[in-house]
Amino acid sequence: MSVIVIATMLCMAIFAPLLAPYSPIDQTLRDKLLPPFWLEGGSTKYILGTDAFGRDILSRLIFGARVSLIVAALALTAGGGVGLVIGIVAGYTGGIVETILMRLVDAAFTFPAILFALLLAVTMGQGLGTLVIAISLLLWASFARIIRGEVLALKQRDFIALAKVRGCSELRIMLTHILPNVLSTFMVLVTLNIGVVIIAEAALSFLGAGIPPPTPTWGLMISEGRGRIAEAWWVSLIPGLAITALVLSVNLFGDWLRDRLDPRLRQL
Amino acid sequence: MSAENVLEVRDLVTYFFLRRGVVKAVDGVSFDLKRGEVLGLVGESGCGKSLTALSIMRLLPRGSARTVRGEVRLAGENILTRSPRQMREIRGRRISMILQDPQTSLNPVFSVGEQLREAIFRRTRGSRAEMMKEAIAALRRVEIAAPDERIGQFPHQMSGGMKQRVVGAISISGQPEVLIADEPTTALDVTIQLQYLKLLKRLQAETGMAILFITHDFGVVARMCNRVAVMYAGRIVECGPVARIFEHPSHPYTQALIASVPAMSGTAGRLPTIDGQPPSLMDLPPGCRFAARCPHSQPRCRDTYPSTFTVGPAHVADCWMLGSQ
Repeated sequence: MSVIVIATMLCMAIFAPLLAPYSPIDQTLRDKLLPPFWLEGGSTKYILGTDAFGRDILSRLIFGARVSLIVAALALTAGGGVGLVIGIVAGYTGGIVETILMRLVDAAFTFPAILFALLLAVTMGQGLGTLVIAISLLLWASFARIIRGEVLALKQRDFIALAKVRGCSELRIMLTHILPNVLSTFMVLVTLNIGVVIIAEAALSFLGAGIPPPTPTWGLMISEGRGRIAEAWWVSLIPGLAITALVLSVNLFGDWLRDRLDPRLRQL
Repeated sequence: MSAENVLEVRDLVTYFFLRRGVVKAVDGVSFDLKRGEVLGLVGESGCGKSLTALSIMRLLPRGSARTVRGEVRLAGENILTRSPRQMREIRGRRISMILQDPQTSLNPVFSVGEQLREAIFRRTRGSRAEMMKEAIAALRRVEIAAPDERIGQFPHQMSGGMKQRVVGAISISGQPEVLIADEPTTALDVTIQLQYLKLLKRLQAETGMAILFITHDFGVVARMCNRVAVMYAGRIVECGPVARIFEHPSHPYTQALIASVPAMSGTAGRLPTIDGQPPSLMDLPPGCRFAARCPHSQPRCRDTYPSTFTVGPAHVADCWMLGSQ
């Protein structure tokens, strides 16, 4: 089920120009705030209704999937990757290296992420790059902290000592013995954080530090509908449901993936 | 340097430097390991057995522990002065080690075959098929039934005894001259222990490697070892051939230890115990470390550490009592 939802979202993102019935940015002010087709006043012309500018919500949803998924993929690769490396190095090396890296992590936690993103948007300009950097900076510290904890427990195990006895170098131990053992934790972290990223993207877009309008993003769509939530609730609700469905599916998928990656559960 | 010694440890001193003070965990340990022999290193928990082994391997816990002085000569060369890179070449190929707990000795995410291959790959670089063949042969050598099936399995699918065999196979895959076995059978149940000891003995006979066998079990010593060194509070107090130590233990600590091993015949009474506790390794007495618990102690024992006396062929002990005899 979760795989179907994720696959659908991916297809929407990739084939957006082919699937969308209308342009996501062209306004038809005559048709503004039409409800979805199953409600009174709705028409099958706009299946999921239109927003305050008369733009087709379905088309915006389809194009919005693009931005959300691209941002999530890039930010998780960058932020998660940096966190993974720092966590392993800090946890395994210990000593002064660990102290310095973990104080950096502590420092990163004290930063108000939203403020920092606004600062970035002001200095670097709005856009995809700024958004990805801002969200990565929000992510890496928590990745590093959790991975480090895992590595600390792992390096006490005898197979690490025996790898040293065998004459493996430190780098080799980190790559072939520590990394595969934290990979399942990393995958679960990634999937759990997809929700965080999508919500962060929405929040930043809402504040004007994200992707500039009129490019549709799910977060932006929710915030655009906010002012008329009483009369035209579908403008916010529909992208909200899309976010919920995607985050839920990704989390379920993450659970399944963790079970697959754990050799103890694989062959039972 | 005698040609028959593969490993010579001289006055090895390893301390823990803590904020509370210095823990003198290994405090002047010397012994020889001859080619092809099994030397038992016996002592109670915390007497410094394992730390001696780690000092020899130069794998001390990072940060607090440091080898302060001493020499570890492997076939004549002092390995304490080697660079970390040279040390990596030595580990696995010339000195190897088996640890106590087979449950955590293998990497849980790789199959047994992959882990064996990693060890074999370090020695000979062959094709995948060749290495696979070697890995299966290595499993067969440690008497694992159906090795071609077992090779693809993960550690959690094996029993403790089987895992410890695999660990053994990995450890000897580099054909080391010296194998340090740190209580390898403590975590196994008694019947499996016996099998494992027989296996180790057979492998030792086949390869001619020397084994430093660390244990606290005199029964295992009797079965495995040619010679035995008894350790107490960071020092070796007595060393000699197994038969002699059992028949004529010279140091009062060895005597007390052997007296507390249950006999297989006679009436089952209360076993004798040693009163008191070993001295704190942070605050060692100037004299004999056993003096406070020794039934024969004299004022001299508390003031000066006893010299080493020869009490028989290849049999030495540190006790003033032996000098006055």
